[in-house]
Amino acid sequence: MAAVGERQISYDARGLAEPNAEVPKVSEVDGAKAVFDARDLTTRQINLELRWLLYEQGVTDVTVKNPGSKHSIGVGILTRCKITFEGSLGYFGCGLIDGPEIHITGRVGWSACENMMSGVVVIEGNAGSLTGAALRGGDLVVKGRVGARSGIDQKGGTIITLGSAGSMNGFMMQRGRQVICGDVGPGLGDSMYDGIMYVGGKVKSLGIDCVEGEWTDADTEFIERKFRIYGLGSPPELQKFVCGKKLYNYDNLEPSERKLVL
Amino acid sequence: MCGIAGIIYRDGAQDLGRDMTRMLQSMKHRGPDSTGYALFGPASKPVLVRYKLADANDPRDFDFSERLQRHRGEVEARMRELGATIESVEDETDYAYRAVLSYSGDLKQLADYLEDVPGCEVLSLGHSLEIVKDLGDAETVSEQYDLADFTGTHAIGHVRMATESDVDISGAHPYWAYPFADVAVVHNGQLTNYFQWRRRLERSGHRFQSECDSEIIAVYLAEKMGEGMTLEEAMHQSLEDLDGVFTYICVTKDALGVAKDEMAAKPLVLYESDDLVALASEEIAIRAIVDHEIDTYDPYEGEVLVWQR
Repeated sequence: MAAVGERQISYDARGLAEPNAEVPKVSEVDGAKAVFDARDLTTRQINLELRWLLYEQGVTDVTVKNPGSKHSIGVGILTRCKITFEGSLGYFGCGLIDGPEIHITGRVGWSACENMMSGVVVIEGNAGSLTGAALRGGDLVVKGRVGARSGIDQKGGTIITLGSAGSMNGFMMQRGRQVICGDVGPGLGDSMYDGIMYVGGKVKSLGIDCVEGEWTDADTEFIERKFRIYGLGSPPELQKFVCGKKLYNYDNLEPSERKLVL
Repeated sequence: MCGIAGIIYRDGAQDLGRDMTRMLQSMKHRGPDSTGYALFGPASKPVLVRYKLADANDPRDFDFSERLQRHRGEVEARMRELGATIESVEDETDYAYRAVLSYSGDLKQLADYLEDVPGCEVLSLGHSLEIVKDLGDAETVSEQYDLADFTGTHAIGHVRMATESDVDISGAHPYWAYPFADVAVVHNGQLTNYFQWRRRLERSGHRFQSECDSEIIAVYLAEKMGEGMTLEEAMHQSLEDLDGVFTYICVTKDALGVAKDEMAAKPLVLYESDDLVALASEEIAIRAIVDHEIDTYDPYEGEVLVWQR
């Protein structure tokens, strides 16, 4: 961190001020494990260091200290590995990942794990809005609370939130599951197409075309399995919500279109 | 996009200027166009007036400085005319000034009379509020206005990415809640019923200095408080009355409040500890002033939170 009054490049969220950043190579590598301190590194340097370790040094277990809520950290990692962030991430943390097992000991900002394809992300603290947006697969566990619109446009995978959630969770969700143990805000599952939401607390209001679903043994098995895997204790009493399938009609063509097809 | 920040120290005055500059500078990427501060120093008996007589990017035509001098003289003459004793006038740039007055009359009358001078805009008026805003990032403005040594108890700040109006000081935040002493607002978002409210508020006698939609919030809160509501009640009411997406922070001499729209469309991260409350559009701004590991959360949609100090 710069001293008082010292002028430095202000936080460079888009990496535009350092197009020629190079791998800092500051990690302590011990076999397949590596540790580095991100306090004085920029976003690009941290991501370049991660890539260098995982793709070129054969490291499979990285610990990043002091990520300091910087944005866009740990994105686009497409290999199986373990990453631990000792601290909090800013916006767009761990987006576009495919494969890693990530543990974040602090919180995350908006749009964490956006478009995640597979893998596991466990967040010990709170998460911002748009958590797991367009999630395609994998498990995302938030032990704190999440903001608004978690799992917006979710297309697969599972989001488990132990705390409460904001408004319009699962907005336009298409597949996958969300488990929210706490209370949820208004507009739960608004305009959802498919998928399942489980809620433990109070639901402020349901969104358009989101209805209560029928509980089956498969639901019990799923919830218990996930809670067991992540050591979350015994699951609370949950309510199930699904799509009412009144809002859309995929198969019904407009009369004019039908003429064309037939 | 815009970035907003607020801070209250729970145990007396601290290095407010320095901390707010750090917070705003760390969010420069959210708005590089202009930066503004509403700082609360120790309450003073005299009245503090921050005003400007031209904009930073006004064309400097050949009689610019002569005109400025003439208007400056006119403003000071009008202050005296209303019975104020001028203790000091500092010019921090060639167009923005800070005057300290012994004045016990009506503040609205003072503001109106001064703003009648061509080009004059009263940026803030009160016994402890000082609004400083100019083009450029936080470090530029802080240097220009010498804020590094400003000590105080609470403040809000704003970095602006101009979307709804021009890049100039009039369009920069924070906005003073004319004509209320010591009330200011910063806003992140867009208001869609701006013109409706502007017409309504103009009819009830308020003045607008800019084309910026955010100015509505300050004037709206002033109007509601004028009707007898408390700050918190006015903020709750604003959630009903204002359309669009917004997170705004409002400060008065002894309180700081934040309100989020019912969509929670604009971010806000909140950190509370025993010695301070800090809130900002991004956690990175809070980390710029707190160097240990912290736990923060995002308030939900439609929330109104007010801290008294």
